[in-house]
Amino acid sequence: MANALENNDVPAVLDEVRPAVKPRAELVGHGRSFSWITEKICGIAEEKTPVWWWWCFITACIVASFTVAGITYLVATGVGVWGHRSPVNWAWDIVNFVFWIGIGHAGTLISAILCLLRQKWRTSINRSAEAMTIFAVVCAGIFPVFHIGRVWYAWFLFPLPNSNYIWQNYRSPLEWDVFAVSTYGTVSVLFWYVGMIPDLATMRDRFNAVGKTIRARIYGLFAMGWRGSSRHWSNYEMAYLILAGISTPLVLSVHTIVSFDFAVSLLPGWHTTIFPPYFVAGAIFSGFGMVLTLILPLRAIYHLEDLITQYHIDCMCKVILATGTMVGYAYAMEFFIAWYGANPYEGFTFINRAFGPYWWAYFIMVTCNVITPQFFWFKSVRANTALVFILSLFVNVGMWFERFVIIATSLARDFLPSSWGYYSPSIVEIFTFFGTFGVFSVLFLLFIRFLPIMAVAELKAVTPQADPHAGHETPGGHGHG
Amino acid sequence: MAEKPYGLIATFDTPGALMRAAEKVREAGYMKWDCITPFPVHGLDKAMGVRRSKVPRISLIGGITGFCTGMSMIWFMDKFDYPITVGGKPFFSPLFAFPVSYELTILFTAFATIGGMFLLNGLPMHDHPVLNYENIRRGTDDLFFIVIEKADPRYDLANTKALLEKLGGTEVKELES
Repeated sequence: MANALENNDVPAVLDEVRPAVKPRAELVGHGRSFSWITEKICGIAEEKTPVWWWWCFITACIVASFTVAGITYLVATGVGVWGHRSPVNWAWDIVNFVFWIGIGHAGTLISAILCLLRQKWRTSINRSAEAMTIFAVVCAGIFPVFHIGRVWYAWFLFPLPNSNYIWQNYRSPLEWDVFAVSTYGTVSVLFWYVGMIPDLATMRDRFNAVGKTIRARIYGLFAMGWRGSSRHWSNYEMAYLILAGISTPLVLSVHTIVSFDFAVSLLPGWHTTIFPPYFVAGAIFSGFGMVLTLILPLRAIYHLEDLITQYHIDCMCKVILATGTMVGYAYAMEFFIAWYGANPYEGFTFINRAFGPYWWAYFIMVTCNVITPQFFWFKSVRANTALVFILSLFVNVGMWFERFVIIATSLARDFLPSSWGYYSPSIVEIFTFFGTFGVFSVLFLLFIRFLPIMAVAELKAVTPQADPHAGHETPGGHGHG
Repeated sequence: MAEKPYGLIATFDTPGALMRAAEKVREAGYMKWDCITPFPVHGLDKAMGVRRSKVPRISLIGGITGFCTGMSMIWFMDKFDYPITVGGKPFFSPLFAFPVSYELTILFTAFATIGGMFLLNGLPMHDHPVLNYENIRRGTDDLFFIVIEKADPRYDLANTKALLEKLGGTEVKELES
């Protein structure tokens, strides 16, 4: 890295206190050119379908069929096929809903909050993380929709005129959740699509160049005739910035409202003010876990080491470490407040969580969510891709158990011991949840196959040669140092 | 020679060369011209003299509409059209109407922003003359172009071509409209 200061005449008084020039981490390795980036990313969607893809796709379809089978059986029979019994009337369905929604949050965090914070490392991972968000919301939506029982009345959730002339109850956080999640899904799709327009245009032009006119037309249709005009880029960048600006409060509000589903109730263990920030931190924690779970295999399969560098992995591990520690703090604080608040029911709930019949779930939760991320303090752990992948799986497992602990243990033993119960899932629930991983994988595999998996235009913009002043003042040096 | 010319297009290899040329084209007083870049080049707006985007105004209108829609919808449904007592809570309060109105603010802002962006950009437009240029695919890959339209009052085939060539533009070609 050329030190610009060395070339200039530094006043004598500053001779001793020359500021250290910290080299900026390379976001694109090996000084790759613009056309290399285009070729690399578009090539993934353009090449002949690889054999591994078909194997994965078929496996994912088989797994997804479990959800289809579970739901079909549920609709044909009734919600009683799930293991819900009074007092535990919310169980795996809501656990899975919150789990999937939470995973989605990292995608929006990467695309929106990191965009506002000008964290340029987001460019390599934002496209696939946003795809993950959308597919996670799809998986999340399945559960509440089918939990209502008569799914053909699901449209009652929305303020559409109906023959009973009755409207939705906006005093309920569940109705807020309908708006939060549907807005979140819609805005995530819009954000993802807008980000993709320039790259779709690139693919359109590439297909045109090799004479594949049908594919060029399909991509061209969605590219809206984008031609890379600077005047368009100006509006486009502004629109993107605004979308990032509104997605930031959106992502925070969505999980806040999800937590209101619990916090606004009177149940010990749910009725706490710590829930909104605690849920948001947990969501980001689990989402980054899932991003790593998805990105690391992609990086290995497609040899994307120059685009997803060790620096990117380091950053993600550190976010997991930070949010995981926040989650650990929240667990501790919940216990403290349960004791300090001197409410016997609240106190009992927390003792019961850790030492009651669900102690094993609590144990898994704490191990995975509090202990796992602490490994990321060590550089050698972050540099070990296989280990990072395994730890990211633990994060996913831990966050599922967190939601299970919150939901099931609080409901199973609330106020009166005479109305206590114990919840176990039925095989139908297990199938339905297992299958959502297939649904998610099917969608994600299709995304890899047909769309540019990284933001090509944005990646080019963070390369050193994209700086119009590069090599101008300091020939041969990095202009943005 | 093009039969119905749209304008001239010149190729540049680096963002730096494009930026310096763009400054000169602006200084020469051209109004109807454009740069084609594969990614947003930082600072090019200023070099070209493009004014700040008007998208935020449309977004603001969208946001206000969304918030008012949420509040008035909930007031209409739960207070005016069919009030039902639930848990002794008031039929309408801006407090419980807030989360939904907040989400609708964001939803409407998103649609307004994207709609506004398309509207201001005049997209979709699938048959722009620039897209007919044989090398334009490099404009979404790794090359940079300056397009000066024939409709510009200062446009003059020979002079404009000479200017673009002097600024370092390679392959200065006439575009068919």
